[in-house]
Amino acid sequence: MGILERITKNVDNKYWYPENDTFPVKNRYTAGVAGQKFFQELKDNGKIYGTTCAACKLTFVPAKLFCEQCFAELDDWVDVGTTGILWSWTIAYKNKDDSKKETPTLLAAIRLADGLLVHWLGECSPEDVEIGMPVTAVFKDPGEREGSLLDIGHFKPVIS
Amino acid sequence: MDHKEFIRGGTALSEDEIKSGKIFVEEDALDCRYAWDTGVAIGRYLAELKKGKIIAKKTNCCDRIMIPPRMFCELCYRPSGAWTYVQDTGVVNTFSISNIYYDASRVPSGEPNPMPAVIEIDGASKGMGIMHLLGEVKPEDVKIGMKVKAVWKPESERTGSITDIEYFKPY
Amino acid sequence: MRKVAVVGAGMTKFARRALETPKELSYQASKAALDSAGMKLKDIDCVAHGSAPDAFDGIHQKGEYLADGCGGWNKPTMRVFVGGATGVHAIAHGWYHVASGLADTCLVVCEEKMSSAMPHAQAFFLTIFDAITERALGLNLIWIFALEMKRYMERYGYTKEDMALSAMKNKNQGLKHPASQFYGGNELTVEDILNSEVMASPVSRLDVSPVSDGAAAIVLASERTARRLTDKPVWIEGVGWCLDTAYWATRDLYYPRYTEIAARKAYKMAGIREPHKEINIAEPYDPFGYKQLHHMEGLLLSPKGKTVELLRDGHFDMDGNLPMCPSGGLLGVGNPIAAAGTLKLCELFWQLRGEAGERQVPGNPRLGVAQAWGDLMQVSSVVVMGINNA
Repeated sequence: MGILERITKNVDNKYWYPENDTFPVKNRYTAGVAGQKFFQELKDNGKIYGTTCAACKLTFVPAKLFCEQCFAELDDWVDVGTTGILWSWTIAYKNKDDSKKETPTLLAAIRLADGLLVHWLGECSPEDVEIGMPVTAVFKDPGEREGSLLDIGHFKPVIS
Repeated sequence: MDHKEFIRGGTALSEDEIKSGKIFVEEDALDCRYAWDTGVAIGRYLAELKKGKIIAKKTNCCDRIMIPPRMFCELCYRPSGAWTYVQDTGVVNTFSISNIYYDASRVPSGEPNPMPAVIEIDGASKGMGIMHLLGEVKPEDVKIGMKVKAVWKPESERTGSITDIEYFKPY
Repeated sequence: MRKVAVVGAGMTKFARRALETPKELSYQASKAALDSAGMKLKDIDCVAHGSAPDAFDGIHQKGEYLADGCGGWNKPTMRVFVGGATGVHAIAHGWYHVASGLADTCLVVCEEKMSSAMPHAQAFFLTIFDAITERALGLNLIWIFALEMKRYMERYGYTKEDMALSAMKNKNQGLKHPASQFYGGNELTVEDILNSEVMASPVSRLDVSPVSDGAAAIVLASERTARRLTDKPVWIEGVGWCLDTAYWATRDLYYPRYTEIAARKAYKMAGIREPHKEINIAEPYDPFGYKQLHHMEGLLLSPKGKTVELLRDGHFDMDGNLPMCPSGGLLGVGNPIAAAGTLKLCELFWQLRGEAGERQVPGNPRLGVAQAWGDLMQVSSVVVMGINNA
């Protein structure tokens, strides 16, 4: 049996497959104290903010309420710009359900201050991508933004 | 020192603040499904239910007749013994008349109230019960100690499930 | 085993829907607890963390996700989880770290964010039952607690009004807790509770504690460290826990024998022979009004079947012989599952140090017990805490 095939009825009573065949619940997540402000800036002003811990000399991106290393409450908000460094990347060929993507997607880990943001990489092909290259956020139009990480459509290489 | 100083945060939101979009939220639903191996004891239990019978298992150690059947006695931790049929009748140990479904949504007016109960099965050891539902009885007539009997689905509709018994009714 | 003291406690307010993320709630409670002990995160050797099903916060492997909010960055961090009993269980778990000599200090943090669960947290409980023999019946915890409540009432002839009286006591006491969802609100009457919507008879809406978001934390220290930090350490005198069979329908629900077994272990460690005479404050687990009475019997603090009589006589009042749930409990403050158990430990800490403000139990209480309960009505965790009054 292939890994994505499912048992869809009770077979000789050796398996039990519920009639209600999905997990009948969902979740709703708030962005949090720091997240609320972070996404407000993203949505209203197209800016990416971090919070700085002076004692540990770290700027967390996305902004955090507290420093995980010394437990200081952070309220030093810093605009870290919208361009970061490509830290690592991969190509996704398949969808979550194992089907093949029409166009492979580039997924990137982008260093912004001391933080790492995971996002899509666009407007380039795999042969253009190099670790260490600067990439910049391409925002959706202000009217389409909702206060979500997807207010950034993708990141693209900076061509200078 | 007063403890009030050390109660901080926990900022209350209203549903309206979320609905209006002022507070940013993400929604997601877990997209996964499961199939479970029934195991030896429960596999047989379900197969017998499909035939319209309730089967239990005896212990070798402490003289119990266990329902649902188990491959081991969880009290003495010894392998269990012989299979044995028990009756499809029992006694209501405790019950509830519910106005809500599992997700806390209200039962609409006119719809029957689910009546979950623990039913001590006749033939099993005293106090050995299963969780099931009651039917064909007015809520106000249900009593602890009431004798009840399984109402089976027609044989063709049984799938080897605890719901092959639709409910228990007084007899 | 070494002596272990509680040297700090802190918590967030409990809210129906909190703005904070689970990490942020954990941080706020942990930071408050550290501040109350006069400690920094670098003074902490390890973290004992408790949180109930992953499904509520909606993050699988929640322990790892929460670790930084619990102060676990680059430290030995462990999560325990026994459903509703988690909040007291986590302290027993933290106690081992310090009592064993492995650590001198341990931060114990419990958190739950139930508002993430849609449409209602109750729906998630469907998935804790046996997948094959029970889940198909579409049940939830309200249903099975209704079955237990019914059995308990039937056994002793207790009435709905008796149970409402129990709920009312905590709901009104909770109005005095600054962390309560109902802080400063209006008192309820027995009629209010009896007239509230029936959810699953005999359970009415106001018999049940509210769904909440929140976190609570305490700081544990070895004797030497504790004496350096404070002149009022609160000692952990005993811990115990026990799980009964998961075949919950095959045992009689009228009495929580697992609570008795857990309590006896904790009392033995604490050298307590007559708990009903020696204990000054009790914080039994009270997700429902009937549950705290049920648990008082299991904790051997009230004779079986006599608990309602004692309740009506004022025995469990703030100025009674054995004040019960001076915090207001889950019914009065809120029920963010794991954090609700830790709320009870925070309360003992504040009460025994005389810092409980307008909820302070009179007469310098010296010995308290807290208990929480969970899983399929099968587990209890018990902690006894005491102070050596000069």
